[in-house]
Amino acid sequence: MQFGVIVFPGSNCDHDVYHAVGAVLGQPVEYIWHAEKSLRGFDCIILPGGFSYGDYLRAGAIARFANIMPAVVDFARRGGLVLGICNGFQILLEAGLLPGAMRKNDCLQFRCQDVYLKVENNHLPFTLKFKGGEVIRLPIAHGEGNYFADPATLAELEENGQVVFRYCTPAGEVTAAANPNGSVANIAGIVNREGNVLGLMPHPERAAEEILGNTDGLKLLASIVEWWEGGGRYGG
Amino acid sequence: MFTARIYITLKSGVLDPQGEAVKKGLAALGYECVKEVRVGKYLELRLDAPDTASAQAQVEEMCRRLLANPVIEDFRVEV
Repeated sequence: MQFGVIVFPGSNCDHDVYHAVGAVLGQPVEYIWHAEKSLRGFDCIILPGGFSYGDYLRAGAIARFANIMPAVVDFARRGGLVLGICNGFQILLEAGLLPGAMRKNDCLQFRCQDVYLKVENNHLPFTLKFKGGEVIRLPIAHGEGNYFADPATLAELEENGQVVFRYCTPAGEVTAAANPNGSVANIAGIVNREGNVLGLMPHPERAAEEILGNTDGLKLLASIVEWWEGGGRYGG
Repeated sequence: MFTARIYITLKSGVLDPQGEAVKKGLAALGYECVKEVRVGKYLELRLDAPDTASAQAQVEEMCRRLLANPVIEDFRVEV
C-alpha cells in the first residue's frame, strides 16, 4: 500500500509519520512537496502536523491554496484515503474537505500533553482495529484545536456517525474537564460523510512504538493497511 | 490605486477566548465597566482597480476566499 506524506513549508511532523508508516509498519511511503501538481500511484495521502506557512492569517488558511491541494481534493473526491493530523486537520477544514473550523484553544494556552479519547466510530478504514467505545491515549500539541461547527452541522455529524474521536476521562466519560481546548461536543476527530477523509488533532504517529511508551496511535495507521489489504476500496 | 481597510471579527455567538482574556485583564486594572471584548483582525490592502465599486467587489471576494473564514468570521470592507 503506497502512502504519501505532503510536505508544506513549516510541516514538522512529516518525518515522524513517514517513520511510523515506513519503518514501523513497513509500508512504502514517499514525501510529496507542496509545489507538486499531481498525485499518481498513491493509496493514502497524509497531511502531517506542523505550522504550515507559520499559521499566518489562520492555521491552514494558506496551505489550503498550495499547488498540490487541487490534486488532494480530487484524490479525496474519487474516494482516496486522506488523513489530516493536527495542522493537517486544520488544512482539511480550510479546504472544505471536512466541515467546521478551528478557533484558538479556550484556555488560550498551547496544549502539549497526553489526552484520552473515546473511539466513537470503529467502522472506518482508519479505526477498524479499535473496539467501539474503546478509550485510547494519544498526545496533543496545538494552540488552535478548539473545533467549532454550527448546531445544524454538528447535528448532521452526530447523526451520520462522523464524530470519530472525543476527548474523555481515562474511564471514558465525556466531560468538560476532559476537554483540553473547548471543542464543541468534545470533538477531537471527524470524518467526512463518505468515510474516506479523517481529520484529528491528536498525533497517532507520536504513539506508534513501544520505545515511545504507547502504541495506541499505531492501531490507527495499521487499520488503514488492514482495510486496504482486506480489499477495501472507495469510489473509482 | 485604492486602499481597502478590512475588519475581520468572530461571528456573534462564536466564543472569543482572546476577548474573554482581555476582558479579565481590563477588569484587573479596575475597568469592570467593560462587559464584552471581541478581538479581531485589521488588514490594509493597496490595490489597482478601475473604480471604487470593482475594488470593493474584488476585496470582498478575497475575504470570502482567503482572508476570512466564513464558518466563524464576519468581515467588513471599506475602500
